[in-house]
This record gives sequence, C-alpha cells and structure tokens, in this order.
Amino acid sequence: MYNILVGGAAGQGIDTTVSTLEKFLKKSGYYVFSTRDVMSRVRGGHNFSIIRFGSEALPSHSYLLDGIIAFNLETITEHKDKLKDNGFILCDSNLPTDDPKAIKLNMEETARNIGNPRVFGIIATGVLLKLFGENLDYAEEVIKGSVKSQYFDINIRAIQEGYNMVDARYDHIDSDFKDWLLISGNQSIALGAIAGGLKFYAAYPMSPSTSIMEYLATKSMTADIVVEQAEDEIAAINMAIGGYYAGARSMTGTSGGGFSLMVEALGLSGIAEIPLVVVNVQRPGPATGLPTRTEQSDLKFVVSASHGEFPRMVMAVRDHRDAFYQTARAFELAEKYQIPVIILSDQYLADSIATVEPFDISKYPLPLHKVSEDAGEEYLRYKFTEDGISPRRIPGETKALVSADSDEHTERGWITESSEVRIKMMDKRLLKLKKLKEDLIEPEVIGPEDSDTFLIGWGSTYGPIKEAIKILNSDKDNNKYGALVFGDVYPLPTKTLLGKSKTAKKLINVEQNATGQLAGLIREYTGIECTSSILKYDGRQISAEEIVEAVRKGGQ
Amino acid sequence: MNKFQTYETAWCPGCGNFSILRCLKNALDDLGKDPHEVVMAAGIGQAAKTPQYVSANSFCGLHGRSLPAATAIKIANEDLTVIVNTGDGDSYGEGGNHFIHAIRRNINITHFVHDNQIYGLTKGQASPTTAEGHVTGVQPSGNMNTPLNPLLIAIASGAGFVARSFSGDPEHLQEVMKEAINYKGYALVDILQPCVSFNKINTFQYYRDRVYHLQDDYDPTNKVAAIKKAMEFGDTIPLGVLYREETPHFHQRNPILSKGSPLYKRELDKNVLENLIQEFV
Repeated sequence: MYNILVGGAAGQGIDTTVSTLEKFLKKSGYYVFSTRDVMSRVRGGHNFSIIRFGSEALPSHSYLLDGIIAFNLETITEHKDKLKDNGFILCDSNLPTDDPKAIKLNMEETARNIGNPRVFGIIATGVLLKLFGENLDYAEEVIKGSVKSQYFDINIRAIQEGYNMVDARYDHIDSDFKDWLLISGNQSIALGAIAGGLKFYAAYPMSPSTSIMEYLATKSMTADIVVEQAEDEIAAINMAIGGYYAGARSMTGTSGGGFSLMVEALGLSGIAEIPLVVVNVQRPGPATGLPTRTEQSDLKFVVSASHGEFPRMVMAVRDHRDAFYQTARAFELAEKYQIPVIILSDQYLADSIATVEPFDISKYPLPLHKVSEDAGEEYLRYKFTEDGISPRRIPGETKALVSADSDEHTERGWITESSEVRIKMMDKRLLKLKKLKEDLIEPEVIGPEDSDTFLIGWGSTYGPIKEAIKILNSDKDNNKYGALVFGDVYPLPTKTLLGKSKTAKKLINVEQNATGQLAGLIREYTGIECTSSILKYDGRQISAEEIVEAVRKGGQ
Repeated sequence: MNKFQTYETAWCPGCGNFSILRCLKNALDDLGKDPHEVVMAAGIGQAAKTPQYVSANSFCGLHGRSLPAATAIKIANEDLTVIVNTGDGDSYGEGGNHFIHAIRRNINITHFVHDNQIYGLTKGQASPTTAEGHVTGVQPSGNMNTPLNPLLIAIASGAGFVARSFSGDPEHLQEVMKEAINYKGYALVDILQPCVSFNKINTFQYYRDRVYHLQDDYDPTNKVAAIKKAMEFGDTIPLGVLYREETPHFHQRNPILSKGSPLYKRELDKNVLENLIQEFV
C-alpha cells in the first residue's frame, strides 16, 4: 500500500486536489482509503488528508508516509518525521525548504502561466500520478466529473503540465477495484437509509453529520425524499417521530450535542411505540468539544439517554460497507419492534472515503409497511400480545383510529394512572427486548481460531484493529492475536464474547474514548473484565501502528 | 350523536376548555370530516388533553413539541386534516421557537391555542401571555415580564391566517374554527379561555366586558390594519379573523410534495437505488 499526505491551509484547494486524486487512483484499479484531518475553520489553519492506495481492501489509515504534497511550509514541518526513508515531499519551488527529500517544482508559476493560480493542486496531481507510474487515460473523465465545464480545458492542461515535470519513481501495483464504489461513511449511511425506504429526513446542521443531510437533499427529487432543515434538534427528532407515526419512514441525524437535545423525544418514541431511526455521528465532547474531530464517547450516553425505562437498540457502524447495511437494517428493526434505533458513527468514518464493493440490494428498497387486516373501530393501538409487539397502523389508511400517547396509556391509547395497566404496559414494552435479542448480530471475530489475546473494539476502530492483528500475527513466534469488533452494541450480544473469554488469556479493549465505555458495558452485561485498555481521546483516530505499539507495551 | 364524541374529561367544572371542545367537534362534524381523516395533535397541558376527548387519530407528544410533530404528520400524509390544540405555555413558551418556524413553513395545519394567560396544569404560574403585575405563587411580587402578543408576532412573521376567538362565544368560535380548518396553510386561532381555578383575573366576565366582533367592513387582507388590531388588547379586545392572506403553503412550495400523492405511499423503484449506488463507481 502507498500512503500520501496532502496538506495546507483551509481554502487552498486541498479537498479538490484530494478528491481528484482519489478518483484517478480508483479508476486505475486501486483500493483507496483516505481520511480527513480538518480544523474547525473556513480559512487558514492546517488541514490535511491522507490517501492510502494499493491492492488490499483495508478500511484503515496509516501515519507512515511515502509522500507529502505540501501546499505550505507547515505541512512539511508537521509531517516530515513520518516520511519513510525513501519518501518524498512535493512542493512548490518557492517554499523555503532544503529538505533532501523535497521535489521542488515551479507549480505556482506554471499555474499562473496557464491562467489560473487555483490549478496548482491539479498540477500537483499530475506530478503525483507520474511519480506512481500512472497514465492519464482517465484525465478527461475524472476532470469532467470534478470541475465546471468552463474550467475543463485549463485543468486538462494543468494535469498534463504536472505530469511532464517528473519521471516515474514507483511501480503501479496491479489491483482490480475499478468497479467498486468510492464513498464516504456519511454517504453510505444516506444510501442505506434510502435502501431502508427513507421518505423524510429532518435535521439541524451539525458537524460531522451534516453531509448525510446534504447528500439526501441533493437526491431528494430522484428518491422522493423530503429533507427538512429543522429549527433545532428538538424539532428535528419530533418531526421524525411525527413522520413515522403518519407512515413515512423517517430519520434524523446529528452529533453528540444535538443528540443531547433530542433525548426527551427518544423516550416519546419508546413509550408511544413509534419507530424511529437516529444517527449520532460522534465527535469529541463534552459541549462543543473538538467539532471537526473524532471520538467514540457517546456509547454509554445513548444506551441510557432519556428518563424512564424503555426498549431501544444501538448499533455502531464499523466501516463504509457496514454503514450501508446497518442503516437499512435500522429501519427494519425500528419497525419490527416499534422502537427507537440509534446508529453510532463518528467523524473518522463520516469524512473518510473508502472503496467498497457495490452494495447488494436484492432485498432493498424495503417494501412499504403493510396493514394486515382492517380491525375497524375495535383497533387497539397498544394491544397486549405474546411478544409485546402490537399491530401497527397508519392514521387515515383504514377506519381504525391510531393513537400515540406520551402519557402512560391503555391498550386503546387513552391516558391512565391505573397501577395494573402501568405494570402491564411497562412489561409489554420491555418484553420486546427479549425478541430483539434474536435479531442481534454477534461481533466480528478476527484472527486465528486459537487466538489467546483478544482486542475488543466497536464501530470505526474496526479497520485499524483488523490491520493491527495482521501486523501482530506477522511475528511467527507470537501470532495468537485475535479481535472481536462489535457492530450491535445494545442490547449487547454476549454469546461470542462469553465463548472466547473462556480460553482467552488477555482481553484488551481498544476504544476512542477516555473511560473504556464498551469495557464498562461488557462488565455490566457479562461480568467479564477486560485485562487492559488501549484508549485514545485526542480527537485523532487510532492507527494500526499505534495499536500494535500499545499492545506490545501491554496496554494501560 | 357527534362522531367525534368520547369519554369524560379531567377538566375542572366551568373550565373554558369545555366550550372549545364542543365547538371543535361541531366544527369537524359541520365540515363533514370523518374521525379517521383527522389527526388531533397536542403537547402537554390542560388544553393539550383535548385529543384524548375527541374520537379521531391522536398524537399526544411532548410539552411544546406538537408543532414539529404535526408538521411532519402533514408532510407524511397530506390527506390528513391535522389540528393542534395546546395552551399558551405549550405554544408560546416551551414551544416558542417551533411557533415561529411553523409560521415560516406555512404548513397546512390548524393551530388552536387555548390561551388562558396562566399555567393550568402546573397550578397557576405565569405564562408568556400573563399580564404584567399578575400575582402568582411563583411571581409573588407580580409578573414582571411583558406579556407576549401572539397575534402580532404571527402577523409580523408572515402567518396567512391569524384569528382570535373566545370560549365564551361558542357561535363565533365554531365559525372561526371552520374557517381556520379550511384555510390552506398554517392557521392560528388564539382562543381566550378563562381558567376558573388558577386565573382569577381573566375571568369569563373580564373577557365579556372587553371583547367585540370585528365589523363586516373590516378588511382582513390589510396587513397594517391587522397589526393595529393585533395590538389592541386591553380595554377592548377584537374577535375574528384579524389577518388573512392566500400564499402558497409548504406542500405547494416543496417540489417533492407538490407532485401530489401522499409521501408515505410512494415506493422507491429498485432501479433508482441501483443508479444512485452506481454514481459512486
């Protein structure tokens, strides 16, 4: 795998350069995975992306660099110590650096000569493609999809100029990912929602969740989805509940701060038994925290958010592929059990771009909710049943009147304070958890059958953990490392964990938070204590190398 | 018998809500609505118990949050007649932000505010419309805040149907309700509703001494005149449709909803999904 960092100040055009480069590399067959490290500002600061490409499908980043494309000096000083010995720094000849690894080229001057200083990044793209032994066969196709038509010619010229500035240094690695998707975590969630039959998305903009709303808004005409920007997150979730009550599959998305505002309504979905899908794309908290960075610190919050007791489900998405299938599944489960389903993602997945096998849509889009029979006036919205699930109706579809009540209520949905009814209703709602457990997906097991040291993770650390296991097991004398990475986290699937823990010598939880929240849940639901922890909470995603180093030190 | 009848209420004897409930049922009956075509939405409060006492679909949600829910219900299924009944605390206090934004959206729902100028459910604290100086258990030196003028806010924010009625004037109320339900867009009716238990100032007699009907020659399309009328709240209080304007409502402005069929019934074609996925190749 090759690994390139592109860095500069906000507003210098790094995003355009990176997305163009990603498309080129994918077109030439590579698996591409790129992550964004962005400061919370529109201009200035130091932003960078790391693009990893090669022949292996691995949703994980690395800080060991083959090359740096530096738009400014800061990029060089910040990252040059991560360069491999044979690595290079590509920058403009006017940057005051005498680093022996630097390839200094007159890119700025060339951009000016071509007629637009903004094509600097495209010139650099041309240089990079040549360095890595690529050709320009896809130039027209990629440029056409990346810039407005009036800038097409100038960009084509720019990429050719860059391409001709250097000689090739690296060999093209044969790989065949050309027909796969190049997609961000948030786009995968949005597509998963469309596959799940989404009709209505209400949200308030909040990083790093906003690009879900942006994607859905762009496709709203094509996919017949109403996207409404709510006045606040409280409105957003109450809209999603109202929409689902009236039969339209509805979802809201936010980050931790917005989710904090939503929690009362989570309980409304719980007691009124109205399906609901909420995405929380986590970022470091508390309060405003680090707005553009990543963390997995909302797990314990979302499993218990809102007052009172009611059934819910929490699923974490592990990578871009998972993001699609889990989101579509969230709608199935929300409807089957008439509960809120919370999807946990984070900034790392949200903003990173991965190469994914085209999604299997044989069972999607989910068909519309069907009314089984007309119960006429006798319809009981909250009818007591064996599994706690009452037949769900949609208001106006039949003569049956559909009630929804945030007060404790009778089977008919009328307010009550009866002790007997209260107990029966609580039991009925919580009973749904029992059946839900049959639908839980056990954590993915990574590593050999006879592993004795297990890394325990959840959500987006999946890729880095998977890669870390590979690196750890490459040592022939010490290769019994395995991992369990949870997708469904609440209710916690315990079967696999209980099985593996019988023979495991060490259980090390790897989490992107300060307190080991999954380890806490595991302790609560199984009594199993992790033997050590690897925790990171600086807002930057842990890499495989960091995990390996920490494991070798024995964890905390 | 009225199709919308249900069971006993939990309101105090003599409560202004009884007349509002009766008028609402009669209005729905007069308009030829069937219970299953109607969704009664509410937040929390004495007024917000209304859906419990009307035989129709009902959505009794959270305090202050009925408007976002009602908005989405209408978005999901435009065939439903969506009516919100809540109080002054729910609508203008806890849900004040949603009130302004419901106006901006001009969603085709009807908002009946049972405005008793007091918090009834929590037993008598000042509401956003409580008069200055009004003494309560929590405002023992008298309410020091300026009361909010909901009609003035509504007109100024661009609402297309702004009316006031009085629970002690059922004939008037019933007619205004019918007009509001028929209005295509967000319709606000602020209903003066005496609270016999916790508001000893704004009583039936208090309102009777002050209210009057807008004259036949009053032009509700004149916004400046309407703003002046909305500011008249003291020795005299005008009842009627203060402002009325026909503007495109939410569904007409939204290119997806204006296609016509109820959103919740629209099924996505598999090819559309396949194409969306292929765009990422």
